[in-house]
Amino acid sequence: MYVEMRHIMKTFDGFQASNDVSFGIERGCLAALLGPSGSGKTTILRMIAGLDKPDSGDILINEARVNDLPGSKRGIGFVFQNYALFRYMTVADNIAFGLEVQKKSKAEIKSRVEELLELISMQDLGKRYPHQLSGGQRQRVAFARALAPNPQLLLLDEPFAAIDAKVRRELRTWLREMIERVGVTSIFVTHDQEEAMEVADLVIVTNQGRVEQMGTPDDICLHPETEFVADFIDTARFEALRAVEGLKQ
Amino acid sequence: MSEKKKQRMYDQDVSGDGLHSIQKVIEPPRETSRPVIKYVLIGVSVLFLFVMLILPLIVVVVNALSDGWAAYQEAVLDEYTVKALMLTLLATVTAVAVNTIFGVFSAYLLSKFYFRGRQVLASLIDIPFSISPVIAGLVFILTFGNIGWMGDFLKAHDIKIVFAVPGVVLATIFVTFPFVFRELFPVLNAQGKDEEEAAALMGAGGFTIFRRITFPHIKWALLYGVILCTARAMGEFGAVSVISGHLRGKTNTLPLHVEILYNEFNTTAAFAVSSILVLLAVLILIARNLVEWKKK
Repeated sequence: MYVEMRHIMKTFDGFQASNDVSFGIERGCLAALLGPSGSGKTTILRMIAGLDKPDSGDILINEARVNDLPGSKRGIGFVFQNYALFRYMTVADNIAFGLEVQKKSKAEIKSRVEELLELISMQDLGKRYPHQLSGGQRQRVAFARALAPNPQLLLLDEPFAAIDAKVRRELRTWLREMIERVGVTSIFVTHDQEEAMEVADLVIVTNQGRVEQMGTPDDICLHPETEFVADFIDTARFEALRAVEGLKQ
Repeated sequence: MSEKKKQRMYDQDVSGDGLHSIQKVIEPPRETSRPVIKYVLIGVSVLFLFVMLILPLIVVVVNALSDGWAAYQEAVLDEYTVKALMLTLLATVTAVAVNTIFGVFSAYLLSKFYFRGRQVLASLIDIPFSISPVIAGLVFILTFGNIGWMGDFLKAHDIKIVFAVPGVVLATIFVTFPFVFRELFPVLNAQGKDEEEAAALMGAGGFTIFRRITFPHIKWALLYGVILCTARAMGEFGAVSVISGHLRGKTNTLPLHVEILYNEFNTTAAFAVSSILVLLAVLILIARNLVEWKKK
């Protein structure tokens, strides 16, 4: 297991955000944390990143307990829900920031930034500021910025929530391809079942701070283990989706 | 409005930078009412401003120069006037420096961290806005004066605060300390803490985060707060009047000096010294407008 959560408990002002959360994710896997809002999925992601601390339980990354390790030492890249791009820095400076903090050489930073700009097909937009970009472009920059220091684990909080429905589908495919190309273990949070089913290899369904079920998209849809999962997942829609995909192929 | 300008405003708004959205609200609506109302309103406003602001300013200048240029010069270059000006500048510079540091720290604390008593602390900072400056002055006398709580201690260590320069400076700091905080807090609050968290996750330390993420965001609001604070500090009368003891050449600030001259029926000198304050105020006003213009 590359990432492992063991019996994680977390409360915020009396609100139970995580209730005995345990799961493991293999190296190279693209996992989705799926659940309604308030189900504790973002809390799980923030605890893996070290932005929040669990009250009890262990978080393991690459076999090592990281509970007391600051987020910056965990080898992760984080894409925030609204991307949190540094608004007073250009696209290139945004991507370079993590490398500058690590005191990499100028030449190294320059070549890495160029490489990433090329990866996200924004070679000509390096001098732009975040407010001059479209939603989809911002997401791509946030993705490149998170990848710049070569993290072993990529965490994405609702990566498509701030994008309008029209381009969302396109970006989903793009992100999936990118993650495969880079080969980084990734976990993303979503409340949209279609998104989880289409993009992830592994889906973890959360509800009221607990993990209801985890498994492949097919598993979850065809063999829901709890009443909540059966209710939450729209099986008919999923089957229709698979049928359409089958026809396309 | 041109398409390009509209687009630019849209872009700025998207930046989420609370400041720019204000611009949109102020944007006047198309003229929907009859022009008569417009001109009546303009007339009323101009008349009001003339009576309340322009006329008094003219009176100050005319009276200051009523005995001729030489008398004016004499009043302005008078030993006590110069000393009062120096004390005013000392109190202002100290108050602005202290309150800038305090304002940045407190605004950062209250906008980026959540803890019990956060609301209480935010309200406490506003006290100088709601309290009469005279009371602020009295509070310091009761705390640091001879009969005050700390009176014996200060006497034993030969430290003079009341009726001395430190008291004047303290009173000025007290009266002006919410200004920088009040300007910064909404800006920092609107920014959220995602950008800082993102930078921290990449391993940036506290100072780097402040310098590269937070400061570029707040610099205009900060400057604006500093300017407001300066204006208020220079003009402060009530609190300083109570605590200074009006020792001419020692604890007199410019506003106090004006009052003393006026009470001595030395009208020309009083107006002449006032004109220095007016000049400083105009300079601050210009600086303020430059900052507002630059902010856009």
